[in-house]
Amino acid sequence: MTKVSLPRYLVRFLHDPAAVVGLIIVGVAVLAAALAPLLPLQDPTQLFLEHRLAPPSAQFLLGADHLGRDELSRMIYGARTTLGLSGMALMIIMSIALMVGSLSGYYGGWLDTLLMGIVDLLLAFPSLILGIAVAGILGPSLINVLIAVSVVWWAGHARVIRGMVLSAREREYVDAARAIGASDFRIVVHHIARNILGPFVVLGTLDMGWIILGIAGLNFLGLGSQPPTPEWGAMLNDSRSYLQTAPQLLLYPGTAIFLLVLGFNLLGDGLRDLLDPMAYRR
Amino acid sequence: MSGYLLRRLLTLPPLLVGISLISFLLLNFAPGDAAEITLRRQNGGITPPKEAVIALRQELGLDAPLPVRYVRWIAGALRGDLGESYRSGNSIAAELARRLPATLLLAAVSLAIAVAAGVPLGVLAAMKPGSWLDSASRLLALVGAAIPSYVLALLLMLLFAVRLDWLPAIGYGSPRNLVLPALALSLGVMAQLMRLTRASMLEVLGQDYMRTARSKGLSERAVVLKHALKNALLPVVTVIGTGTGHLLGGAVIIETIFGWPGVGQFVVVGIAQRDYPVVQGFVLYLAVVFLLVNLTVDLTYRFLDPRLHFGAR
Repeated sequence: MTKVSLPRYLVRFLHDPAAVVGLIIVGVAVLAAALAPLLPLQDPTQLFLEHRLAPPSAQFLLGADHLGRDELSRMIYGARTTLGLSGMALMIIMSIALMVGSLSGYYGGWLDTLLMGIVDLLLAFPSLILGIAVAGILGPSLINVLIAVSVVWWAGHARVIRGMVLSAREREYVDAARAIGASDFRIVVHHIARNILGPFVVLGTLDMGWIILGIAGLNFLGLGSQPPTPEWGAMLNDSRSYLQTAPQLLLYPGTAIFLLVLGFNLLGDGLRDLLDPMAYRR
Repeated sequence: MSGYLLRRLLTLPPLLVGISLISFLLLNFAPGDAAEITLRRQNGGITPPKEAVIALRQELGLDAPLPVRYVRWIAGALRGDLGESYRSGNSIAAELARRLPATLLLAAVSLAIAVAAGVPLGVLAAMKPGSWLDSASRLLALVGAAIPSYVLALLLMLLFAVRLDWLPAIGYGSPRNLVLPALALSLGVMAQLMRLTRASMLEVLGQDYMRTARSKGLSERAVVLKHALKNALLPVVTVIGTGTGHLLGGAVIIETIFGWPGVGQFVVVGIAQRDYPVVQGFVLYLAVVFLLVNLTVDLTYRFLDPRLHFGAR
């Protein structure tokens, strides 16, 4: 990647309205999640039983849930859980994928055969099925959901990154670096990693939507957050019993998950056009 | 073709061994001791004496080394024996086999809806790029990719079952029960198929042989239906493979919401009751189903695309 001054990138990005919308959605969600303790909110776990299923009011801006807890506060603290967990999962997934993909692509040989064998094996399972099984066996907790999603999800990306490393390895600048005596580590980190950074960021952003859907899904099944911790998927599950009387309890977390996933997808599409213009466009 | 078929079939045994190994190890990571759990069930929940547990462990062969237990387990699985449920003591393989048709029915109908709606919409969008229809399809694709099937399921239930009372919210047996779960499950795959059909059609429509077809005086309709669609559908076939994975995974959640008596509902109850052999059998079962579907899709693809018949890979 040649060095382009940031403003030019920024200008091109700002000309893509869909990407800007995505950035705004993601930005608002991240800010809300990060600043939740500083906002003037009720305690998301405090019960006001006399206000059970209350409609929106001045005291409860979004109403109250089936135990009389402030829904707005639970939504914002829920963003912390859902988004925080998904972000951690993304980091773990992309780290494993980057490590396996670079080792496989750079060294090739038996290591490549072995690692890609494991990748093929993991891809032979429908990922959500294996995720549900792993989380189910480990027992319900947020950490176990994180482990399940991370263990299952990295394989497809490792394959893609291996491909990128394979093609980057054949470039002249890698030969040049080797000729002046650079170590393998230096070549991978300084030369190859820098050149696949763009597609890598795009891959990660586009995957965030899937991770959020998966994590909220596992929580929806009761495999993740335990009461009273607020989490969007779990809140959706709670809302099922009150479809008749309080459908707003379904609409809040449902809309939030939808918007957040949409935001990451739009942002990812925009970044792809910006950083990886050669990518195959669907 | 036969060379490819052979190579493709040769990848199956290692994958099957790997799948079985992962499924087997899953149970091994599970907390709790099978012998103790079984005894507790037989005694009506009372913690069994240590000697009885040790005796049963020996009887069940649970004290054997891991590789020995794996070989025994896989030998049983090959004969259709996946062990017994910790809770009910019933055969897991029999229960899965009894429930699998319901899951496959749901997945197949969802796939059919996705193909029946997604492919024509994709073709129409490709024929008039930039039209309102194309924009609408892009919007639908964005929504379809971002809305979780379980949120859509609850929304459909709220609208058509709770509010309008047109369709039953839960249940199984009549086609009316199938409508809401199948719709909820199909939207995501439909959106994916639609976008892929559109991209694939646009690519084919730009090929030289399309110009030839037009220049020899064929109607636009004939050009699109006879020449373009046939070629454009090839990559779409491959999505059916990955789509099946999504549908099977999504079905677990959708079945739970609609009380659909498939394998997904079985495993969710199994997880809640810490009935780990059920989870193990379920993973093995669905991975094998997924593998067979993908094999079929691969072979169909090879069969449909004459250019690949003699290709190396």
